[in-house]
Amino acid sequence: MKLTLRIWRQKGPKDRGGMVAYDVPDASADMSFLELLDVLNERLIESGEEPVAFDHDCREGICGACSLVIDGVPHGPQKATTTCQLHLRHFRDGQSIDVEPWRAAAFPVVKDLVVDRGGLDRIIEAGGYVSAPTGSAPEAHATPIPKADADAAFEAATCIGCGACVAACPNGSAMLFTAAKATHLGLLPQGKVEQDTRVDAMIHAHDEADFGGCTNTGECTAVCPKGIPLGVIGRFNADVLGAVRRGR
Amino acid sequence: MATLTRAPGSAGRRRQGASHRSTVTMKIAMALSGAVLLAYLTAHMLGNLKIFFGESSFDHYAHWLRTIGEPLVPHEGALWIIRVGLTVSVVVHMAMAILLTRRARRARPVKYVHRPPVQGSYAARTMRWGGVIIALFVVYHLLDLTVGVANPTGAAGKPYTNVTADFEHWYITVIYTVAVVAVGFHLRHGVWSMTRTLGRRRPGTERLAGRIATGYAVSMTAGFLSVPFAVTVGIVG
Repeated sequence: MKLTLRIWRQKGPKDRGGMVAYDVPDASADMSFLELLDVLNERLIESGEEPVAFDHDCREGICGACSLVIDGVPHGPQKATTTCQLHLRHFRDGQSIDVEPWRAAAFPVVKDLVVDRGGLDRIIEAGGYVSAPTGSAPEAHATPIPKADADAAFEAATCIGCGACVAACPNGSAMLFTAAKATHLGLLPQGKVEQDTRVDAMIHAHDEADFGGCTNTGECTAVCPKGIPLGVIGRFNADVLGAVRRGR
Repeated sequence: MATLTRAPGSAGRRRQGASHRSTVTMKIAMALSGAVLLAYLTAHMLGNLKIFFGESSFDHYAHWLRTIGEPLVPHEGALWIIRVGLTVSVVVHMAMAILLTRRARRARPVKYVHRPPVQGSYAARTMRWGGVIIALFVVYHLLDLTVGVANPTGAAGKPYTNVTADFEHWYITVIYTVAVVAVGFHLRHGVWSMTRTLGRRRPGTERLAGRIATGYAVSMTAGFLSVPFAVTVGIVG
């Protein structure tokens, strides 16, 4: 199939950047979106041009490295799918596709489609862990955990930290990410005891990284490749409110 | 990471205890001030329906508002307490909205070239401009039916006469309709967002909260619109 890509090209952080059109006449419907970029890049390299820089790693939808806003939607049109798992069969032959990087003040463009997602790391550094040394995996039945809590914690823990929530949010907020991380730890006994200091530290790292405030529009959960539910934000808000009440 | 032996947040000790300055707290302030306005609007809408019981009933109700709490508070005392409370709420609500909007603008300095309409509800998308429209309308509404200078009749102490004088003009009915519909959309997302912001720990409450918000917004809109339309079509006045 033949596709036309309009890709954001930007030489470096200081460069203004702009959209550049490329034809890819030899694409296959079985290719992933990243393989499409690989094919384009091989051709660019052969003709002596600078290949398109983009982030990728596992290519099986579990690492959170890939990004790309495809036709205005983070990770493209397929629901609950990362860009690396998005196949060209979901596009029409002859279609023109716009490809842009995540857009947020907290995610400065490094080059082309690569952005620095360090803001998310700083939120994790602030509180996205349990401080008790857990050692090796404990006996599964040693600490009883209500099934509903275990399920909700696991659901939140599936967040791969890709930043699509920020890219989609009209406010550039990272609340879905922050709330998922805090929920996953706060629901379990090992993490529960530190939840007040954790949410306090995490919301501050979030705000200091120049992410916007959440307005509950739900854009984030609609594009999340892991389908993290909006409910984690309500829970996070409740945890922050609890921390404020207890004077932390 | 799990091997770290510091408590989360201990690295930023200086920032601890500062939850009250976060974006989440700003939203809590927004939700609480919105809740005050919500309570007032509900009472306002129900009070308006007095017009269907006739001129004396409506005017008597309007005068009663000035005598609430007497002789404990002076004449119009309770009314002024309510007015001060509303003003404080409006100021807090707008200040938080402005701060959060400016923050949101800063958070995305470079716009997307290709951006389909947001998938969130129309109500969610129009919160900010809708809020501006509502604020302008409130100024006009106060000049119209509280101060009376913008009213065709402007008869002091005769609210029934003033209300019916208003809505005999089709364009005033149109202005009120646009404003009330804007309020309706604002309430839809506002009520829903408030339930999220004030925190729901139990999962699966989103759908219920959404339904409650829609039901509330629709009934408020219908209640408020019933008065101008009743006057315009001649049921009242």
